[in-house]
Amino acid sequence: MVNIRELALDGERLVSGHRLCPGCGLSIIARAVMRGTKDPIIVSNATGCLEVSTTIYPFTAWDVPWIHNAFENAAATISGAESAYNVLKKKGKITKNIKFLAFGGDGGTYDIGLQSLSGALERGHTFVYVCVDNEGYMNTGIQRSSSTPMGAWTNTSAVGKAHQGKEQYKKDLTAVVAGHHIPYVAQASPHNYMDLVRKAEKAFNTKGPAFINVLSPCVPGWKYPAQLTIKMAKLAVDTCFWPLYEIENGVWTLNYNPGPNKKPITEWLKTQGRFRHLMKPENAHIVEAIQKNIDERWEELKKWCGKN
Amino acid sequence: MAQKTKRAMTGAECSAEAMRQVNPDVVAAYPITPQTDIMHAFAQFVADGTVDTDLITVESEHSAMSACVGAGAAGARTMTATSANGLALMWEIIYVASGLRIPMVMNVVNRALSGPINIHCDHSDSMGCRDSGWIQLYSENGEEAYENTLMAVKISEHPDVLLPVMVCQDGFITSHCVETAETIDDETIKNFIGTYNPHYPLLDVDKPVTYGALDLFDYYFEHKRQQLLAIENSKPVIKKVFEEFGKISGKNYDFFESYMLEDAERVIFCSNSSAGSARVVVDELRAKGEKVGLLKMRVFRPWLNEMVVEKLKNAKAVAVLDRSASFGAIGGPLFMEVRSSFHESAHKPSIINYIYGLGGRELDLDQIRKVFSELEDVKNGNTGELLKYLGVRE
Repeated sequence: MVNIRELALDGERLVSGHRLCPGCGLSIIARAVMRGTKDPIIVSNATGCLEVSTTIYPFTAWDVPWIHNAFENAAATISGAESAYNVLKKKGKITKNIKFLAFGGDGGTYDIGLQSLSGALERGHTFVYVCVDNEGYMNTGIQRSSSTPMGAWTNTSAVGKAHQGKEQYKKDLTAVVAGHHIPYVAQASPHNYMDLVRKAEKAFNTKGPAFINVLSPCVPGWKYPAQLTIKMAKLAVDTCFWPLYEIENGVWTLNYNPGPNKKPITEWLKTQGRFRHLMKPENAHIVEAIQKNIDERWEELKKWCGKN
Repeated sequence: MAQKTKRAMTGAECSAEAMRQVNPDVVAAYPITPQTDIMHAFAQFVADGTVDTDLITVESEHSAMSACVGAGAAGARTMTATSANGLALMWEIIYVASGLRIPMVMNVVNRALSGPINIHCDHSDSMGCRDSGWIQLYSENGEEAYENTLMAVKISEHPDVLLPVMVCQDGFITSHCVETAETIDDETIKNFIGTYNPHYPLLDVDKPVTYGALDLFDYYFEHKRQQLLAIENSKPVIKKVFEEFGKISGKNYDFFESYMLEDAERVIFCSNSSAGSARVVVDELRAKGEKVGLLKMRVFRPWLNEMVVEKLKNAKAVAVLDRSASFGAIGGPLFMEVRSSFHESAHKPSIINYIYGLGGRELDLDQIRKVFSELEDVKNGNTGELLKYLGVRE
């Protein structure tokens, strides 16, 4: 594993000129992930912010072969490309070692693309799937997904007299993927850059499917100042809302444990406009429920990771 | 010299045999009746190692077409097969495949769309894709499905075309029915198909390309215009491929194939297996001295309207048989094409439409006799209803 200075010397594979929002987590994550290998990469990108903002014809910000097919099929698409590679390599038409990478948002992964992902994982293609999870359909204008956390305002989990934002907990997609018993599964965050790159490197070196779920703070969707993206990611980890862990061939490892410094979830909630209504006294019970859920899940994860 | 073999084969086996000879790099498919027999036979070729194909057994038809787009864009010779609801589930990506100009060949075993659910033949599935930018070839029997599948590869990959091609055959009637079919030896077919040199493959990592960029109001229209030009350009390519394959098989292929049309006054226009039944009735009536004929459609997209007009120039009354309905339209999809082809023509036969065979309802010889009989009235100026139904209880 190289250090961050050496990493920075490598050329960029997602170059400047794209139109992602200032402070967007997506480009930080995408660039970090692609630093996980020096081999050529072919990228399949689900419909979403990362896709529309980087390839507005006649421009492209991708200096790697890249395909956008549709919203729900980044995994199926990359599985086709990987199969093509396997056959053409066997036939001697391709000699290079090429890596296959799919990016999908939480909409394209937790929801509409879950079947396509599950199928590709089960079939065992050698590819890396990275979910860039910004907890909602941000590209279509901030609607709730199954990844949106409990209590969050979105345009389709609105706040009013009768309802106070989303009324369901976030789907545990990483555990769903782990249920496929693929060789490598991880959860990561852009604030811990070296951990993210290290996980990407492991994923790229995996024979068979690898999956990394990365929390991607979203300035307009979460409603916080653009300069706080990395802080938002860090707080999500420090509150144990988004624990960092990995599962290698069935062995669960917790990568970061704040121990007694575990922060209350209000530290994270109060910094984001999407949770503003939760700060009202009458909504204290919702915050309590969120905290209880995080605590239970954290204890459960520690058990799975053998760090009880 | 081509070695020809006659064997008793189902239509599905004929398609699978063509796929074996093409030896595609990637096939991604999902089971749906009645397409399944093609994939059973092909999976056995994969198991036996008689093809080099990577068979991706996806979890849905949506993923089948998605994986085909990924494989095709990567630079693989790519094929798939489906029917009915499977084709409907692919629908979103059907347009992506043609829009991204990815060559591939898909066998469509025609089956009625749900609902209500039905597993038998009609053409609602492929006709539902008529505006999707795919070239569509139709097959009267297994042998034609075999030939069309082989020719489709060559048409699809032609640099002037670069469009996906559907090869259609009738579900069960053709796919599961055993008939004598003539196939051609592997070596000859291999030479005919040739090697595939993909354009801008993803796997050429030294020349990175972006497939599927966001294409807004400033460029989308130009790209669609280019796609329209590509399917226009496919007309001479299809003609050339038909001629080239005709030299191998010793047969003639055309967009529309005439039977006893020279002096025919009453003509049936139809596609797929119904053409076989119509031919029997034409023979029967010709034996009685009646001037009847048949025009069979082999290519639906692109539509060669001048050829329809030319081939029907002596006809007085034409019945277009549609095995699918276009709800709320003036008639079935074939009827609307045939009828509008004559708009600029000085000679216009009377053209009527029959919707028949939906959900696998049998088209028997009596029904075809009835059509020719009713065409006698049409020929004499009593056109009656433009749109009629054959074999339905009213």
